[in-house]
Amino acid sequence: MDIELMISSFPKLLNATLITLKLLSVSLILGLFIGLGFAILRMNNNKLINKFAYGYSYIFRGTPLLVQIFIIYFGLGQIEYLRTTFLWVVLKEPYWCAIIAFSLNTGAYTSEILRSAFQTIKPGYLEAGKSLGIPSKIIFTKIQIPIAIKQSLPAYGNEIILMLKGTSLASTVTLMDLTGVAKYIISTTFKPVEVFIVAGGIYLFMTFIIHNVIKYLEKKYGFQT
Amino acid sequence: MELLYFGDKGWGDELFFATLMTIAVSITAMIIGFIFAALFTPLKLSNNKFLNSIGNAYTTVIRGVPELLVIYLFFFGGSGAIMFVASIFGYNDYIEINAFLTGSFSIGIISGAYSTEVFRGALQSIDKGQFEAAKVLGFNKYIYFFKIILPQMLRLAIPNLSNVWQITLKDTSLISVTGLVEIMRQSYIAAGSTRDPLFFYSFAAVLYLMLTFLSMQLLNRLETKYSKGY
Repeated sequence: MDIELMISSFPKLLNATLITLKLLSVSLILGLFIGLGFAILRMNNNKLINKFAYGYSYIFRGTPLLVQIFIIYFGLGQIEYLRTTFLWVVLKEPYWCAIIAFSLNTGAYTSEILRSAFQTIKPGYLEAGKSLGIPSKIIFTKIQIPIAIKQSLPAYGNEIILMLKGTSLASTVTLMDLTGVAKYIISTTFKPVEVFIVAGGIYLFMTFIIHNVIKYLEKKYGFQT
Repeated sequence: MELLYFGDKGWGDELFFATLMTIAVSITAMIIGFIFAALFTPLKLSNNKFLNSIGNAYTTVIRGVPELLVIYLFFFGGSGAIMFVASIFGYNDYIEINAFLTGSFSIGIISGAYSTEVFRGALQSIDKGQFEAAKVLGFNKYIYFFKIILPQMLRLAIPNLSNVWQITLKDTSLISVTGLVEIMRQSYIAAGSTRDPLFFYSFAAVLYLMLTFLSMQLLNRLETKYSKGY
Protein backbone atom coordinates (compact mmCIF):
# COMPACT_ATOMS: atom_id res chain seq x y z
CA MET A 1 0.00 0.00 0.00
CA ASP A 2 1.54 3.26 -1.15
CA ILE A 3 0.18 5.79 1.34
CA GLU A 4 2.37 8.58 -0.06
CA LEU A 5 0.82 8.24 -3.50
CA MET A 6 -2.63 8.32 -1.97
CA ILE A 7 -1.86 11.57 -0.17
CA SER A 8 -0.15 13.20 -3.13
CA SER A 9 -2.93 12.28 -5.56
CA PHE A 10 -5.70 13.48 -3.28
CA PRO A 11 -5.51 17.22 -4.17
CA LYS A 12 -5.31 16.39 -7.90
CA LEU A 13 -8.38 14.19 -7.66
CA LEU A 14 -10.21 16.75 -5.56
CA ASN A 15 -9.51 19.35 -8.22
CA ALA A 16 -10.95 17.05 -10.87
CA THR A 17 -14.02 16.54 -8.69
CA LEU A 18 -14.96 20.14 -9.46
CA ILE A 19 -15.33 19.28 -13.14
CA THR A 20 -17.40 16.22 -12.23
CA LEU A 21 -19.68 18.36 -10.09
CA LYS A 22 -19.97 21.00 -12.80
CA LEU A 23 -20.92 18.39 -15.39
CA LEU A 24 -23.40 16.85 -12.97
CA SER A 25 -25.15 20.04 -11.93
CA VAL A 26 -25.43 21.59 -15.40
CA SER A 27 -26.75 18.39 -16.98
CA LEU A 28 -29.18 17.75 -14.12
CA ILE A 29 -30.69 21.22 -14.48
CA LEU A 30 -30.97 20.95 -18.27
CA GLY A 31 -32.21 17.36 -17.92
CA LEU A 32 -34.93 18.44 -15.51
CA PHE A 33 -36.34 20.87 -18.08
CA ILE A 34 -36.09 18.31 -20.88
CA GLY A 35 -37.67 15.68 -18.64
CA LEU A 36 -40.54 17.94 -17.64
CA GLY A 37 -41.15 18.87 -21.26
CA PHE A 38 -41.28 15.27 -22.41
CA ALA A 39 -43.38 14.20 -19.42
CA ILE A 40 -45.96 16.78 -20.46
CA LEU A 41 -45.80 15.56 -24.06
CA ARG A 42 -46.27 11.98 -22.84
CA MET A 43 -49.56 12.97 -21.20
CA ASN A 44 -50.80 14.63 -24.38
CA ASN A 45 -53.81 12.99 -25.96
CA ASN A 46 -52.46 13.34 -29.46
CA LYS A 47 -51.13 9.90 -30.41
CA LEU A 48 -48.31 11.19 -32.61
CA ILE A 49 -46.90 13.52 -29.95
CA ASN A 50 -47.30 10.77 -27.40
CA LYS A 51 -45.42 8.27 -29.58
CA PHE A 52 -42.65 10.78 -30.24
CA ALA A 53 -42.10 11.35 -26.52
CA TYR A 54 -42.20 7.62 -25.85
CA GLY A 55 -39.70 6.98 -28.66
CA TYR A 56 -37.33 9.55 -27.22
CA SER A 57 -37.29 7.99 -23.79
CA TYR A 58 -37.14 4.46 -25.24
CA ILE A 59 -34.10 5.21 -27.39
CA PHE A 60 -32.17 7.04 -24.69
CA ARG A 61 -32.96 4.44 -22.04
CA GLY A 62 -32.30 1.49 -24.32
CA THR A 63 -28.82 2.44 -25.48
CA PRO A 64 -25.65 2.86 -23.41
CA LEU A 65 -24.68 6.40 -22.46
CA LEU A 66 -21.29 5.77 -24.06
CA VAL A 67 -22.89 5.36 -27.50
CA GLN A 68 -24.82 8.58 -27.02
CA ILE A 69 -21.70 10.54 -26.14
CA PHE A 70 -19.79 9.08 -29.08
CA ILE A 71 -22.58 9.88 -31.55
CA ILE A 72 -22.69 13.48 -30.37
CA TYR A 73 -18.95 14.03 -30.03
CA PHE A 74 -17.55 12.02 -32.97
CA GLY A 75 -20.63 11.63 -35.12
CA LEU A 76 -22.26 15.05 -35.38
CA GLY A 77 -19.01 16.73 -36.41
CA GLN A 78 -19.20 14.72 -39.60
CA ILE A 79 -22.26 16.55 -40.90
CA GLU A 80 -20.83 19.31 -43.09
CA TYR A 81 -23.83 21.54 -42.65
CA LEU A 82 -23.48 21.61 -38.87
CA ARG A 83 -19.95 22.90 -39.17
CA THR A 84 -21.17 26.09 -40.81
CA THR A 85 -23.77 26.92 -38.17
CA PHE A 86 -23.16 28.41 -34.77
CA LEU A 87 -23.91 24.99 -33.26
CA TRP A 88 -20.39 24.02 -34.23
CA VAL A 89 -19.00 26.35 -31.57
CA VAL A 90 -20.76 24.15 -29.03
CA LEU A 91 -20.23 20.78 -30.68
CA LYS A 92 -16.48 21.04 -31.11
CA GLU A 93 -16.01 21.33 -27.37
CA PRO A 94 -15.93 17.94 -25.61
CA TYR A 95 -17.27 19.63 -22.49
CA TRP A 96 -20.49 20.73 -24.17
CA CYS A 97 -20.87 17.46 -26.05
CA ALA A 98 -20.71 15.61 -22.75
CA ILE A 99 -23.26 17.99 -21.24
CA ILE A 100 -25.63 17.56 -24.21
CA ALA A 101 -25.38 13.77 -23.99
CA PHE A 102 -25.83 13.69 -20.21
CA SER A 103 -28.77 16.12 -20.30
CA LEU A 104 -30.58 14.18 -23.02
CA ASN A 105 -29.92 10.92 -21.17
CA THR A 106 -31.04 12.09 -17.74
CA GLY A 107 -33.93 13.93 -19.43
CA ALA A 108 -35.24 10.61 -20.73
CA TYR A 109 -35.12 8.98 -17.30
CA THR A 110 -36.52 12.08 -15.61
CA SER A 111 -39.45 12.19 -18.02
CA GLU A 112 -40.36 8.63 -17.02
CA ILE A 113 -40.06 9.45 -13.32
CA LEU A 114 -42.17 12.60 -13.64
CA ARG A 115 -44.74 10.91 -15.86
CA SER A 116 -45.38 8.18 -13.33
CA ALA A 117 -45.47 10.79 -10.57
CA PHE A 118 -48.10 12.80 -12.47
CA GLN A 119 -50.13 9.68 -13.05
CA THR A 120 -50.23 8.77 -9.37
CA ILE A 121 -51.80 12.11 -8.41
CA LYS A 122 -55.29 11.33 -7.18
CA PRO A 123 -57.95 12.65 -9.57
CA GLY A 124 -59.72 14.09 -6.52
CA TYR A 125 -57.09 16.82 -6.23
CA LEU A 126 -57.65 17.96 -9.79
CA GLU A 127 -61.41 17.76 -9.46
CA ALA A 128 -61.27 19.77 -6.26
CA GLY A 129 -59.19 22.40 -8.03
CA LYS A 130 -61.61 22.51 -10.96
CA SER A 131 -64.68 22.78 -8.81
CA LEU A 132 -63.10 25.66 -6.93
CA GLY A 133 -62.83 27.40 -10.29
CA ILE A 134 -59.03 27.49 -10.43
CA PRO A 135 -57.73 27.98 -13.99
CA SER A 136 -56.11 24.84 -15.42
CA LYS A 137 -52.73 26.56 -15.78
CA ILE A 138 -52.66 27.28 -12.06
CA ILE A 139 -53.90 23.78 -11.26
CA PHE A 140 -50.89 22.51 -13.19
CA THR A 141 -48.25 24.79 -11.65
CA LYS A 142 -49.62 24.99 -8.12
CA ILE A 143 -51.18 21.58 -7.60
CA GLN A 144 -49.84 19.03 -10.05
CA ILE A 145 -46.18 20.08 -10.15
CA PRO A 146 -45.61 20.34 -6.38
CA ILE A 147 -47.27 16.97 -5.76
CA ALA A 148 -45.35 15.37 -8.63
CA ILE A 149 -42.06 16.70 -7.25
CA LYS A 150 -42.79 15.23 -3.84
CA GLN A 151 -43.86 11.90 -5.33
CA SER A 152 -40.81 11.60 -7.52
CA LEU A 153 -38.14 12.53 -4.95
CA PRO A 154 -36.98 8.98 -4.08
CA ALA A 155 -36.73 7.91 -7.72
CA TYR A 156 -35.11 11.18 -8.70
CA GLY A 157 -32.54 10.76 -5.94
CA ASN A 158 -31.53 7.47 -7.53
CA GLU A 159 -31.32 9.17 -10.89
CA ILE A 160 -28.96 11.84 -9.48
CA ILE A 161 -26.66 9.11 -8.17
CA LEU A 162 -26.81 7.24 -11.50
CA MET A 163 -25.96 10.49 -13.28
CA LEU A 164 -23.05 11.14 -10.92
CA LYS A 165 -21.67 7.78 -11.98
CA GLY A 166 -22.54 8.57 -15.58
CA THR A 167 -20.36 11.68 -15.60
CA SER A 168 -17.36 9.35 -15.37
CA LEU A 169 -17.89 8.68 -19.09
CA ALA A 170 -16.79 12.24 -19.82
CA SER A 171 -13.27 10.87 -19.46
CA THR A 172 -13.74 8.93 -22.71
CA VAL A 173 -14.01 12.18 -24.67
CA THR A 174 -10.76 13.60 -23.25
CA LEU A 175 -12.29 15.49 -20.33
CA MET A 176 -10.25 15.30 -17.14
CA ASP A 177 -12.98 14.67 -14.61
CA LEU A 178 -12.48 12.60 -11.44
CA THR A 179 -12.37 9.29 -13.33
CA GLY A 180 -10.22 10.78 -16.10
CA VAL A 181 -7.57 11.98 -13.64
CA ALA A 182 -7.79 8.72 -11.70
CA LYS A 183 -7.16 6.77 -14.89
CA TYR A 184 -4.23 9.03 -15.76
CA ILE A 185 -2.62 8.51 -12.35
CA ILE A 186 -3.23 4.75 -12.54
CA SER A 187 -1.68 4.47 -15.98
CA THR A 188 1.40 6.48 -15.00
CA THR A 189 2.05 4.87 -11.60
CA PHE A 190 0.48 1.40 -12.09
CA LYS A 191 -0.96 1.56 -8.60
CA PRO A 192 -4.64 0.91 -9.33
CA VAL A 193 -5.71 -0.08 -5.83
CA GLU A 194 -4.47 3.05 -4.08
CA VAL A 195 -5.96 5.41 -6.65
CA PHE A 196 -9.20 3.45 -6.67
CA ILE A 197 -9.52 3.83 -2.90
CA VAL A 198 -9.03 7.61 -3.03
CA ALA A 199 -11.16 8.29 -6.13
CA GLY A 200 -13.80 5.76 -5.08
CA GLY A 201 -13.85 7.35 -1.63
CA ILE A 202 -14.58 10.76 -3.14
CA TYR A 203 -17.40 9.30 -5.25
CA LEU A 204 -18.82 7.47 -2.24
CA PHE A 205 -18.69 10.66 -0.21
CA MET A 206 -20.68 12.49 -2.90
CA THR A 207 -23.21 9.64 -3.13
CA PHE A 208 -23.53 9.73 0.64
CA ILE A 209 -24.26 13.48 0.64
CA ILE A 210 -26.78 13.23 -2.21
CA HIS A 211 -28.49 10.30 -0.52
CA ASN A 212 -28.86 12.18 2.76
CA VAL A 213 -29.99 15.44 1.16
CA ILE A 214 -32.75 13.55 -0.67
CA LYS A 215 -33.70 11.74 2.52
CA TYR A 216 -33.92 15.08 4.31
CA LEU A 217 -36.06 16.59 1.53
CA GLU A 218 -38.32 13.54 1.57
CA LYS A 219 -38.85 13.98 5.28
CA LYS A 220 -39.42 17.71 4.97
CA TYR A 221 -41.81 17.63 2.03
CA GLY A 222 -43.06 14.09 2.39
CA PHE A 223 -46.72 13.63 3.07
CA GLN A 224 -49.13 10.76 3.26
CA THR A 225 -51.48 10.36 0.37
CA MET B 1 -25.28 0.54 -46.68
CA GLU B 2 -22.23 -0.81 -48.51
CA LEU B 3 -20.41 -0.42 -45.24
CA LEU B 4 -22.49 -3.22 -43.75
CA TYR B 5 -21.66 -5.85 -46.44
CA PHE B 6 -20.40 -9.14 -45.14
CA GLY B 7 -16.91 -10.23 -46.17
CA ASP B 8 -13.91 -8.07 -46.96
CA LYS B 9 -15.81 -5.14 -48.39
CA GLY B 10 -17.96 -4.25 -45.43
CA TRP B 11 -18.17 -4.41 -41.68
CA GLY B 12 -21.29 -6.57 -41.48
CA ASP B 13 -19.63 -9.78 -40.31
CA GLU B 14 -17.32 -7.99 -37.88
CA LEU B 15 -20.28 -6.21 -36.30
CA PHE B 16 -22.23 -9.46 -36.20
CA PHE B 17 -19.49 -11.22 -34.24
CA ALA B 18 -19.07 -8.15 -32.03
CA THR B 19 -22.77 -8.38 -31.18
CA LEU B 20 -22.33 -12.04 -30.26
CA MET B 21 -19.41 -10.98 -28.06
CA THR B 22 -21.58 -8.39 -26.30
CA ILE B 23 -24.22 -11.05 -25.65
CA ALA B 24 -21.59 -13.52 -24.40
CA VAL B 25 -20.03 -10.97 -22.04
CA SER B 26 -23.44 -9.88 -20.74
CA ILE B 27 -24.53 -13.45 -20.01
CA THR B 28 -21.20 -14.36 -18.37
CA ALA B 29 -21.30 -11.18 -16.30
CA MET B 30 -24.89 -11.88 -15.27
CA ILE B 31 -23.93 -15.40 -14.13
CA ILE B 32 -20.89 -14.11 -12.23
CA GLY B 33 -23.24 -11.54 -10.72
CA PHE B 34 -25.59 -14.31 -9.56
CA ILE B 35 -22.68 -16.09 -7.90
CA PHE B 36 -21.78 -12.89 -6.05
CA ALA B 37 -25.43 -12.35 -5.16
CA ALA B 38 -25.68 -15.91 -3.82
CA LEU B 39 -22.68 -15.17 -1.59
CA PHE B 40 -23.69 -11.73 -0.41
CA THR B 41 -27.48 -11.95 -0.04
CA PRO B 42 -27.20 -14.26 3.02
CA LEU B 43 -24.64 -11.84 4.48
CA LYS B 44 -26.98 -8.90 4.03
CA LEU B 45 -29.79 -10.77 5.75
CA SER B 46 -27.60 -12.17 8.50
CA ASN B 47 -28.14 -11.14 12.11
CA ASN B 48 -24.42 -11.11 12.76
CA LYS B 49 -23.34 -7.47 12.64
CA PHE B 50 -19.92 -8.18 11.18
CA LEU B 51 -21.21 -10.33 8.31
CA ASN B 52 -23.98 -7.84 7.74
CA SER B 53 -21.56 -4.95 7.37
CA ILE B 54 -19.51 -6.93 4.82
CA GLY B 55 -22.63 -7.43 2.74
CA ASN B 56 -23.61 -3.79 3.03
CA ALA B 57 -20.10 -2.59 2.19
CA TYR B 58 -20.15 -4.59 -1.05
CA THR B 59 -23.44 -3.21 -2.34
CA THR B 60 -22.79 0.35 -1.16
CA VAL B 61 -19.30 0.64 -2.61
CA ILE B 62 -20.10 -0.96 -5.96
CA ARG B 63 -23.32 0.96 -6.45
CA GLY B 64 -21.74 4.26 -5.38
CA VAL B 65 -18.61 4.14 -7.53
CA PRO B 66 -18.70 4.63 -11.32
CA GLU B 67 -18.57 1.44 -13.37
CA LEU B 68 -15.65 2.79 -15.38
CA LEU B 69 -13.52 3.17 -12.23
CA VAL B 70 -14.25 -0.45 -11.24
CA ILE B 71 -13.27 -1.58 -14.73
CA TYR B 72 -9.99 0.37 -14.56
CA LEU B 73 -9.27 -1.23 -11.17
CA PHE B 74 -9.57 -4.73 -12.60
CA PHE B 75 -8.04 -3.90 -15.94
CA PHE B 76 -4.89 -2.38 -14.47
CA GLY B 77 -4.91 -4.32 -11.21
CA GLY B 78 -6.13 -7.72 -12.34
CA SER B 79 -2.92 -9.15 -13.75
CA GLY B 80 -0.94 -7.61 -10.90
CA ALA B 81 -3.11 -9.35 -8.33
CA ILE B 82 -2.89 -12.69 -10.12
CA MET B 83 0.88 -12.37 -10.52
CA PHE B 84 1.13 -11.64 -6.80
CA VAL B 85 -0.80 -14.79 -5.95
CA ALA B 86 1.27 -16.78 -8.46
CA SER B 87 4.52 -15.45 -6.97
CA ILE B 88 3.53 -16.91 -3.62
CA PHE B 89 3.46 -20.28 -5.33
CA GLY B 90 6.84 -19.57 -6.90
CA TYR B 91 5.72 -18.55 -10.39
CA ASN B 92 7.36 -15.30 -11.40
CA ASP B 93 6.70 -14.86 -15.12
CA TYR B 94 4.42 -12.19 -16.51
CA ILE B 95 0.80 -13.28 -16.65
CA GLU B 96 -1.64 -11.47 -18.85
CA ILE B 97 -5.28 -12.18 -18.26
CA ASN B 98 -7.73 -12.39 -21.03
CA ALA B 99 -9.77 -9.22 -21.75
CA PHE B 100 -12.95 -11.28 -21.87
CA LEU B 101 -12.39 -12.58 -18.34
CA THR B 102 -11.45 -9.20 -16.86
CA GLY B 103 -14.39 -7.59 -18.60
CA SER B 104 -16.99 -10.12 -17.53
CA PHE B 105 -15.58 -10.26 -14.04
CA SER B 106 -15.69 -6.49 -13.49
CA ILE B 107 -19.16 -6.13 -15.00
CA GLY B 108 -20.18 -9.25 -13.06
CA ILE B 109 -19.17 -7.70 -9.74
CA ILE B 110 -21.23 -4.60 -10.59
CA SER B 111 -24.22 -6.61 -11.74
CA GLY B 112 -23.88 -8.78 -8.62
CA ALA B 113 -24.36 -5.78 -6.35
CA TYR B 114 -27.66 -4.96 -8.06
CA SER B 115 -28.76 -8.61 -8.05
CA THR B 116 -27.97 -8.85 -4.33
CA GLU B 117 -30.34 -5.98 -3.63
CA VAL B 118 -33.02 -7.58 -5.79
CA PHE B 119 -32.74 -10.98 -4.07
CA ARG B 120 -32.68 -9.38 -0.64
CA GLY B 121 -35.84 -7.43 -1.41
CA ALA B 122 -37.56 -10.50 -2.84
CA LEU B 123 -36.66 -12.71 0.14
CA GLN B 124 -37.81 -10.09 2.58
CA SER B 125 -41.18 -9.71 0.94
CA ILE B 126 -42.03 -13.41 1.13
CA ASP B 127 -44.63 -13.98 3.83
CA LYS B 128 -43.01 -15.14 7.07
CA GLY B 129 -45.64 -17.82 7.45
CA GLN B 130 -44.19 -19.59 4.42
CA PHE B 131 -40.83 -20.08 6.15
CA GLU B 132 -42.48 -21.16 9.37
CA ALA B 133 -44.93 -23.52 7.71
CA ALA B 134 -42.13 -25.19 5.75
CA LYS B 135 -40.15 -25.68 8.95
CA VAL B 136 -43.09 -26.92 10.94
CA LEU B 137 -43.95 -29.47 8.28
CA GLY B 138 -40.43 -30.79 8.67
CA PHE B 139 -39.26 -30.49 5.06
CA ASN B 140 -35.59 -31.08 4.57
CA LYS B 141 -33.35 -28.17 3.61
CA TYR B 142 -33.38 -29.01 -0.09
CA ILE B 143 -37.17 -28.94 -0.44
CA TYR B 144 -37.37 -26.00 1.95
CA PHE B 145 -35.21 -23.83 -0.25
CA PHE B 146 -35.64 -25.11 -3.80
CA LYS B 147 -39.31 -26.06 -3.75
CA ILE B 148 -40.82 -23.54 -1.37
CA ILE B 149 -38.71 -20.39 -1.02
CA LEU B 150 -36.98 -20.16 -4.40
CA PRO B 151 -40.08 -20.29 -6.65
CA GLN B 152 -41.78 -17.57 -4.62
CA MET B 153 -38.61 -15.52 -4.58
CA LEU B 154 -38.15 -15.81 -8.35
CA ARG B 155 -41.65 -14.54 -9.02
CA LEU B 156 -40.87 -11.38 -7.08
CA ALA B 157 -37.31 -11.06 -8.36
CA ILE B 158 -37.76 -11.55 -12.11
CA PRO B 159 -39.19 -8.10 -12.98
CA ASN B 160 -36.30 -6.44 -11.13
CA LEU B 161 -33.77 -8.89 -12.50
CA SER B 162 -34.77 -7.91 -16.00
CA ASN B 163 -33.82 -4.34 -15.03
CA VAL B 164 -30.46 -5.64 -13.81
CA TRP B 165 -30.03 -7.43 -17.15
CA GLN B 166 -30.67 -4.15 -19.00
CA ILE B 167 -28.11 -2.35 -16.85
CA THR B 168 -25.59 -5.16 -17.33
CA LEU B 169 -26.10 -5.23 -21.09
CA LYS B 170 -25.53 -1.48 -21.34
CA ASP B 171 -22.55 -1.59 -18.98
CA THR B 172 -20.74 -4.02 -21.26
CA SER B 173 -20.22 -1.10 -23.65
CA LEU B 174 -17.76 0.27 -21.07
CA ILE B 175 -15.38 -2.65 -21.33
CA SER B 176 -14.54 -1.46 -24.83
CA VAL B 177 -11.92 0.66 -23.01
CA THR B 178 -10.01 -2.54 -22.23
CA GLY B 179 -9.80 -3.45 -25.91
CA LEU B 180 -12.26 -6.33 -25.96
CA VAL B 181 -13.88 -6.31 -29.39
CA GLU B 182 -17.59 -5.99 -28.62
CA ILE B 183 -20.10 -3.70 -30.34
CA MET B 184 -18.61 -0.43 -29.08
CA ARG B 185 -15.00 -1.37 -29.79
CA GLN B 186 -15.82 -2.72 -33.24
CA SER B 187 -17.73 0.47 -34.10
CA TYR B 188 -14.77 2.50 -32.89
CA ILE B 189 -12.43 0.54 -35.15
CA ALA B 190 -14.82 0.75 -38.11
CA ALA B 191 -15.44 4.45 -37.54
CA GLY B 192 -11.70 5.06 -37.42
CA SER B 193 -10.87 3.29 -40.64
CA THR B 194 -13.83 4.49 -42.70
CA ARG B 195 -14.04 7.98 -41.18
CA ASP B 196 -17.75 7.55 -40.81
CA PRO B 197 -18.34 7.69 -37.06
CA LEU B 198 -21.91 8.98 -37.31
CA PHE B 199 -23.03 5.91 -39.24
CA PHE B 200 -21.23 3.33 -37.13
CA TYR B 201 -22.12 4.74 -33.73
CA SER B 202 -25.75 5.14 -34.80
CA PHE B 203 -25.67 1.56 -36.00
CA ALA B 204 -24.23 0.51 -32.64
CA ALA B 205 -27.13 2.31 -30.97
CA VAL B 206 -29.55 0.36 -33.18
CA LEU B 207 -27.84 -2.92 -32.25
CA TYR B 208 -28.15 -2.13 -28.53
CA LEU B 209 -31.79 -1.15 -28.99
CA MET B 210 -32.42 -4.45 -30.76
CA LEU B 211 -30.74 -6.38 -27.96
CA THR B 212 -32.69 -4.60 -25.23
CA PHE B 213 -35.95 -4.96 -27.15
CA LEU B 214 -35.51 -8.68 -27.84
CA SER B 215 -34.36 -9.49 -24.33
CA MET B 216 -37.32 -7.61 -22.87
CA GLN B 217 -39.67 -9.73 -24.96
CA LEU B 218 -38.07 -12.91 -23.65
CA LEU B 219 -38.02 -11.71 -20.06
CA ASN B 220 -41.65 -10.65 -20.17
CA ARG B 221 -42.53 -14.20 -21.19
CA LEU B 222 -40.52 -15.54 -18.28
CA GLU B 223 -42.31 -13.13 -16.00
CA THR B 224 -45.75 -14.38 -17.02
CA LYS B 225 -44.56 -17.95 -16.67
CA TYR B 226 -43.41 -17.46 -13.08
CA SER B 227 -46.37 -15.40 -12.00
CA LYS B 228 -48.77 -18.13 -13.05
CA GLY B 229 -51.31 -18.68 -10.35
CA TYR B 230 -51.30 -15.11 -9.11
